[in-house]
Amino acid sequence: MTDMLDTTTKGDLFSKFDPLIQMRANLLASGVEDPFSLVMERVLSPTVAVCNGRETILLGTYNYMGMTFDPDVIEAGKQALDDFGSGTTGSRVLNGTYAGHKAVEQALCDFYDMRHAMVFSTGYQANLGIISTIAGKGDYIVLDIDSHASIWDGCKMGDAEVVPFKHNDIEAMEKRLRRIPADAGKLVVLEGVYSMLGDIAPLREMIAVAKKYGAMVLVDEAHSMGFIGPNGRGVAEDQGCLDDVDFVIGTFSKSVGTVGGFCVSNHPKFEIMRLVCRPYVFTASLPPSVVATAATSVRKLMHAADKRAHLWENSRTLHKGLKDAGFSLGTDSPQSAIISVIMPDLERGAGMWEALLHEGLYVNLARPPATPANMTLLRCSLCAEHSAEQVQQIIGMFTRAGKTVGII
Amino acid sequence: MTRDETSARIAALIEPFNKKGVAITDATRFTDDLEFDSLTVMDFVAAIEDEFDIIISMNAQAEIENYGQLVDAVVKLTA
Repeated sequence: MTDMLDTTTKGDLFSKFDPLIQMRANLLASGVEDPFSLVMERVLSPTVAVCNGRETILLGTYNYMGMTFDPDVIEAGKQALDDFGSGTTGSRVLNGTYAGHKAVEQALCDFYDMRHAMVFSTGYQANLGIISTIAGKGDYIVLDIDSHASIWDGCKMGDAEVVPFKHNDIEAMEKRLRRIPADAGKLVVLEGVYSMLGDIAPLREMIAVAKKYGAMVLVDEAHSMGFIGPNGRGVAEDQGCLDDVDFVIGTFSKSVGTVGGFCVSNHPKFEIMRLVCRPYVFTASLPPSVVATAATSVRKLMHAADKRAHLWENSRTLHKGLKDAGFSLGTDSPQSAIISVIMPDLERGAGMWEALLHEGLYVNLARPPATPANMTLLRCSLCAEHSAEQVQQIIGMFTRAGKTVGII
Repeated sequence: MTRDETSARIAALIEPFNKKGVAITDATRFTDDLEFDSLTVMDFVAAIEDEFDIIISMNAQAEIENYGQLVDAVVKLTA
């Protein structure tokens, strides 16, 4: 690491990364295991894996509904591998649309009760593609300052004017909408669940304001699909305002348990997106096995009310357990399947992360600049397959590790 | 509103964000001299937007590095 720093010379394009290289070097010099180089050697179930030689409870995978080892899902994937091969080797608009791609888009239309669904190769590309394509020169994008990187990158890739507002601040959003020229095109971009703190957005109020100013609304429901709302359609469904959302963005890499992204919409002209959206056109489509597992999983999630209830129970139990143990949490009440534990600083956050790993628990370490207000967070994402006993075990591990590191 | 009047109003707004009491001239840079991080920038921009009832989009912010450029941008947006 030090050698790399010493080679810094004029004209080295990597010089700009020196502060980050130094920050990592300092962190690792303190002796902690590298939080960003963990290897899952074996995965035993949606909730348990062998990491760095240790059997570990997984509490940082976004595998909310535990579909990754569902027997029907796995069987569908194997069948598609046999029937359609390992990959499509082509774009959706050329040779890359198989029966499975149409089937998973139909499954999404049925899941959301919407007319159009468009599947991308990743969730990142779904935001990148839709946002950069629909908001063009002279249009305005009004978005929450804590938006996901894929939303910011979608803004940066397009030609629209980008206007951020303070996180979840309805008044700040309205002020900005009011100042935009009345005849300009407007897109308001919101998320159902914000993944850093696990808090939800007041979508009903915010969407009403957006509509008052004639804006179209895009909501990223990546962290709520399958779990929040009576049918698992997300926070907008839960708050009774899904009909007013023009575009829902989602992912297959969380509750659905595979990889891929999508946009669903009732816009009458939506299908034209398939020809004009570059991150959709200029990339290979998902492998047949992936869309087959996704379609099976999405259809099973339509009937997963019992799992949703158990996941809520897990979220409530963990939130209360950690709060009672004296930890500072991202939300006063459990609002999603993410419970975020606020660390005093990066050093003790990394120490706590490592102590938990030694206890046999994996969580996500989130650090600046990815976090709001430069916080260091230990993000816990619960799974419907975590048993009540595992949740109690997790609380015990946190309590012991917190005392060892001196946080509680 | 003249450029001086605009500058005076912005100078008043910058006070609470100028933690080190740096003397402000047109050449004062927000990142390098005032050490504004992204959160401070957001709050400071919001204060100016509210004061002048304007929008300074991210695209416009990308062109503004120092105090003089900010005053010029606000003068233009309020013209």
